[in-house]
Amino acid sequence: MTQSNRLNQGGRIDRSRRLSFTFNGQQYMGFAGDTLASALLANGVDVVNRSFKYSRPRGITAAGPEEPNAIVQLGATEAAQVPNVRATQQALYDGLVARGTNGWPSVQRDVMSWVGKLGGGFMPPGFYYKTFMAPASMWMTYEKFIRKGAGLGRSPSEADPDIYDHFNQHCDVLVIGSGPAGLTAALSAARAGARVILCDEQEEMGGSLLDSRESIDGAPASAWAEQAVAELAGLDNVTLLPRTTANGYHDHNFVTLHERRTEHLADTAAAAGREGEVRARLHRVRAGRVVLASGSHERPLVYANNDVPGNLVAGAVSVYIRRYGVVPGQRLVLSTNNDHAYRAALDWQEAGREVVAVVDSRAKPDGDLAKQARDAGIRVITGSAVMEATGNQRVSGAKVVAIDTERFVVTGKVETLECDTIASSGGYSPVVHLASHTGKRPQWRDDLLGFVPGEVKGMHVAGGAHGVYALGEALADGAGVGAEAARAAGFEEAAAIAVPDVEVRHESPTSALYQVPHEKPPLRAPKQFVDLQNDVTAAAVELATREGFESIEHVKRYTALGFGTDQGKLGNINGMAIAARCLNRSIPDVGTTVFRPNYTPVSFGAIVGRHCRDLFDPERYTALHQWHVENGAEFEDVGQWKRPWYFPRRVNGKRETMHEAVARECLAVRRGVGILDASTLGKIDIQGPDAREFLGRVYTNKWAKLAPGRVRYGLMCKDDGMLMDDGTTSCLGENHFLMTTTTGGAAGVLEWLELWHQTEWPELQVYFGSVTDHWATMTVTGPDARKLMSEVTDIDLDREQFKFMDWKEGKVAGVPARVFRISFTGELAFEINVQANYAMHVWKALFAHGEKYDLTPYGTETMHVLRAEKGLIIAGQDTDGSVTPEDLGMHWAVGYDKPFSWIGQRALTRPDTAREDRKQLVGLKPKDPKVVLEEGAQIVLDPEQKIPMTMMGHVTSSYYSPVLESGFALAVLKGGRNRMGETVYLPMSDGSVHQAEVVSTVFIDPKGERQNV
Amino acid sequence: MSEAHSEASVGNAATFDTHPGADAGVTPESPLQWSRVQGHVTEEGGAAEQIRVVERPFLGHLVLRGGAITLDEAVRAELGVSLPGKPLGLVLDAEGSRSVQWVSPDEWLVIVPAGEEFELENRLRARLGDAHFAIVNVGGGQTLLELSGEKARELLMKSVVYDVHEHGLPVGKAVGTVFAKTSVVLRRPTEARFELVVRRSFADYCVRWLRDAGREYGLRVESASP
Amino acid sequence: MFHIFCPYCQEYREEEEFHPSGQAHLVRPADPASVSDDEWGDYLFFRDNPRGIHHEMWVHRLGCRKFFNITRDTTSYEILETYRMGEQPSITAANAEVRREQGVQTADGGWQTVGAQPENSRLNEETPS
Repeated sequence: MTQSNRLNQGGRIDRSRRLSFTFNGQQYMGFAGDTLASALLANGVDVVNRSFKYSRPRGITAAGPEEPNAIVQLGATEAAQVPNVRATQQALYDGLVARGTNGWPSVQRDVMSWVGKLGGGFMPPGFYYKTFMAPASMWMTYEKFIRKGAGLGRSPSEADPDIYDHFNQHCDVLVIGSGPAGLTAALSAARAGARVILCDEQEEMGGSLLDSRESIDGAPASAWAEQAVAELAGLDNVTLLPRTTANGYHDHNFVTLHERRTEHLADTAAAAGREGEVRARLHRVRAGRVVLASGSHERPLVYANNDVPGNLVAGAVSVYIRRYGVVPGQRLVLSTNNDHAYRAALDWQEAGREVVAVVDSRAKPDGDLAKQARDAGIRVITGSAVMEATGNQRVSGAKVVAIDTERFVVTGKVETLECDTIASSGGYSPVVHLASHTGKRPQWRDDLLGFVPGEVKGMHVAGGAHGVYALGEALADGAGVGAEAARAAGFEEAAAIAVPDVEVRHESPTSALYQVPHEKPPLRAPKQFVDLQNDVTAAAVELATREGFESIEHVKRYTALGFGTDQGKLGNINGMAIAARCLNRSIPDVGTTVFRPNYTPVSFGAIVGRHCRDLFDPERYTALHQWHVENGAEFEDVGQWKRPWYFPRRVNGKRETMHEAVARECLAVRRGVGILDASTLGKIDIQGPDAREFLGRVYTNKWAKLAPGRVRYGLMCKDDGMLMDDGTTSCLGENHFLMTTTTGGAAGVLEWLELWHQTEWPELQVYFGSVTDHWATMTVTGPDARKLMSEVTDIDLDREQFKFMDWKEGKVAGVPARVFRISFTGELAFEINVQANYAMHVWKALFAHGEKYDLTPYGTETMHVLRAEKGLIIAGQDTDGSVTPEDLGMHWAVGYDKPFSWIGQRALTRPDTAREDRKQLVGLKPKDPKVVLEEGAQIVLDPEQKIPMTMMGHVTSSYYSPVLESGFALAVLKGGRNRMGETVYLPMSDGSVHQAEVVSTVFIDPKGERQNV
Repeated sequence: MSEAHSEASVGNAATFDTHPGADAGVTPESPLQWSRVQGHVTEEGGAAEQIRVVERPFLGHLVLRGGAITLDEAVRAELGVSLPGKPLGLVLDAEGSRSVQWVSPDEWLVIVPAGEEFELENRLRARLGDAHFAIVNVGGGQTLLELSGEKARELLMKSVVYDVHEHGLPVGKAVGTVFAKTSVVLRRPTEARFELVVRRSFADYCVRWLRDAGREYGLRVESASP
Repeated sequence: MFHIFCPYCQEYREEEEFHPSGQAHLVRPADPASVSDDEWGDYLFFRDNPRGIHHEMWVHRLGCRKFFNITRDTTSYEILETYRMGEQPSITAANAEVRREQGVQTADGGWQTVGAQPENSRLNEETPS
């Protein structure tokens, strides 16, 4: 294929670097510096997609992010697939492979076209809702087909080989957009010394200066842009981010920028020879001040068949000619309501192609550009507009007619001009998106025929983004705004830079024309598209208003105007203008519209950044992690901790199942000695003369008399009386305590203590500090625990000297340790705390001495079984924020007569907490000992009752006990403590029903003799 | 401040020397032991990369709680440096091996060479008498990573939400902040380096994150031999 | 993403370092035993949800671990002041009129009670795209 539309010279492309690419299976050539869109146009590719709803052929319409049609699926390999890329924003690289997103199976012949053909008359707005929603059950079926047909792009089915990351940026002034206003704003701020970030979504910085016909200081505008960018690049306090789209403006000047780092080079970073580098980066910018210099988007006019390939917005024509050396056709008709668009005709003619006519809706256009066009011999038809395009796969002609814009009628005879390209311009819409992301509504300006940003605190608007379009004015505006932003950011000396000379052009005013009247009534005329991406026509908007949708927000939702990746960049204002005309109101009366982030689609990779794969979430390890791994532990996630779950052994060449391993571990603890890594328990150091008083207030039980050397179990409630956490607290000194919390509760409990101390009782003299990570904790437990301990410690282990619920200081395996006689298994137990760096030494020493006792490491599963056999709860498993200490039968741990009303006390006498029939903790023994009840299973009293059954409670913990040789469970049951011995029923989802007897929560050693030896 | 008072205060709080002593033959393991086994951490030294991350294991870390007025004199007397005069301050002694960091209006982090912390705690307690204060030894629970190299700042920009530019984090400043999906204490003790104080259980995650984020620059994580 | 001035660290910090902790200036009855069940229920469960000026408690969880208060406009999300625990706000719904003149935005009336006020009619007109 030849690049038939490519000029021999001109443009900012490098003709010496030829790039090969594939589009819809066909190979083409382009040049370095091309976008995919410019290269397609250079090769004369007219049809790039099929439309969303009607399946009409579509071509490239614009040259920037507002492009509604040329949405492509990118990627040569499955892993590198990227959906919904705008061809106008994708830099061309060698080997690029893309296909049109819509139009499965091909853009030329389309299976969906029957819908389109039927839909010509049959697909009014609301079509999908009205047609496919009934029967509702079928929607999923329809939806699958419609989605595939509509082709919203697809995600890759293989893992993305690329990496992405985030960058936390802070600056004084963030300038969004590097057009004339953006560049002068950045220069003003940077020269004042402010930390400046300048970002621009395009490959090259300069914005409209790169395709301008105008000169600055006597040189081409693009040359001035290059010089300005070079100066900024040389400043240490400036960060330039080309190829970076500001996508979201969030509270307090937090802006997310999406930088494409290798996407312009190849499919993957590796393919680009940039192995290890990130493909795209999300900059999270906290800016002192934001200068919004995002410029404007040109609006196309709405006329019949304005979607046929060959219809472009006028400015895009100039961009393709001047930046890429591409003329997207042979014969041009320009339809405009303003002066600026005339440049498209002038550029076209200078490129050596024919301008058939400029059709101007104004009666007497006499601006400088209009004069220039006439002087160049271009035919200018005034008071008229293109009413309809002819052609199917490409424009073949333009029907031109005189119109009355006030009365919205045609007033003359239709003349058909033969042409292959129609450029249209309906004026300019400032790009207000970012300014409305935090909810500030744009303001309509009649003089501009467009919305400008509402006032956003911390944001300054410059240039075209608030309607300052003329080059010289935009440069001056940017310079002033940049200085203003820098001053607001604390650079008081900041001053506007001197602005270069630009010739002032005379322009005649733009006329208010959005939709061109047609000789046929609106609903009979060929389709006049308002939103090309969502196939919303002027007739659809009109119909919506007739059906009573009067607010633009309702019209939008009814018609899909401005949905999808498009977000109404081209169509919103036209849609509002049509609705306003139909309702006989003004545009601002119909409503304004705000936009949400993101401005353009952002890949999930960039959003995820580095938080994926093995860095998805932190994994917390104890000091003994290496031993656990080396000894074959299976791990369980507890919060972010990796805790050994169980330690399967190989028995007769076979690896134990979890059930076998847990049974073995349980029996080892009950009959010999086991060891648990309990380091993950939260530990809080509490010091101060009022520490004891404080404990009395946050725990339900009494602490006034706990002596140094003693340990006590405590329950902690919220002020609603519900249990939040539990654990033991040891008295280390008269004013010094060590509190333990559940593994998951550690951070929350510390914050809870701080909350009450800082906000409620600041007069109490007490300090809290986390020592969770400082201490490693090992629990040695079982009948042989004392024998083993006596071999490794100098502590007197005599049962009279070192009683249950005492703690002692000494050495274990030569390492200073605190040893606590507390038990979560019901067996004799010693909990050893050593400084974590010495933990491995102690652990290994215990195993060296423990071999003869068959010291058995056990994990969390065995711990759960052992504690449940003893009826010991786990806060968060057996409780859920609706369980009081009394519900748990723990009256013994509640100090009802403490002098201070501790947290939760008052709530225990509220009527609901004092109810008799509250769910209470009980034990359940399945009638069939082989049954292990499901945790979460609901308890009923009458298994024959019809659904919905009366649910009496549920199972909270359930295991198999190798000691009992039976399943057993803990459960909460309404009025449970009065139901001892009753039979309850647990219906399962498969229809079976288990029977269980309500029993005490303590299944083993009810008198607690085994732990107190 | 009387002798009787200081003895009473020691009695009220339990102090504890966590170290077995050099003659006990006990080898400690730093929080990066598992990372080292996994090959994420190498011996100190070796080829220069654009970023060096060096663990300084086994240092003494003490958290001091109490009012600045209460603590300042004792700290100056026992450590030879004043408490940082303003929020987020970090001061080092003349050798640069002992530091005091502002953590909150009534909290300071003191980091001293390995093994000094117990004696220091006792001396401070004796000097502070029955004033309201607390000292907590947290040395086993955290470790210190030094970051240096021309790309260290960029690496931090990928990792922490705090402004690591000279304006945000000049020498002599330290902050607690978000690091990836956990938190760290970020310190700027000298022009040449940054420091991260990371919690023991998160240390491996932090190192794996730094290695991943630093891959494009070339990065080594080193630690002294155990 | 808020930018919050920590009154203890004395500088602006990123929202990720903080955690919201509910309505500020809640008063726990001094003698819980003497209040009625209804009063205790109000203290436990009922919170203001004003459109406009609101005082909230936050904690600088990953920084200095101190709790403090924020006066925030719930319509604009603007943080009007932060102040230490134990201090009183200088901007309240009651003096919001003065503050409006000073350029501080407040909601209509700046009401501070739950549920009783009619929905602001303008809420129905405007929805984001």
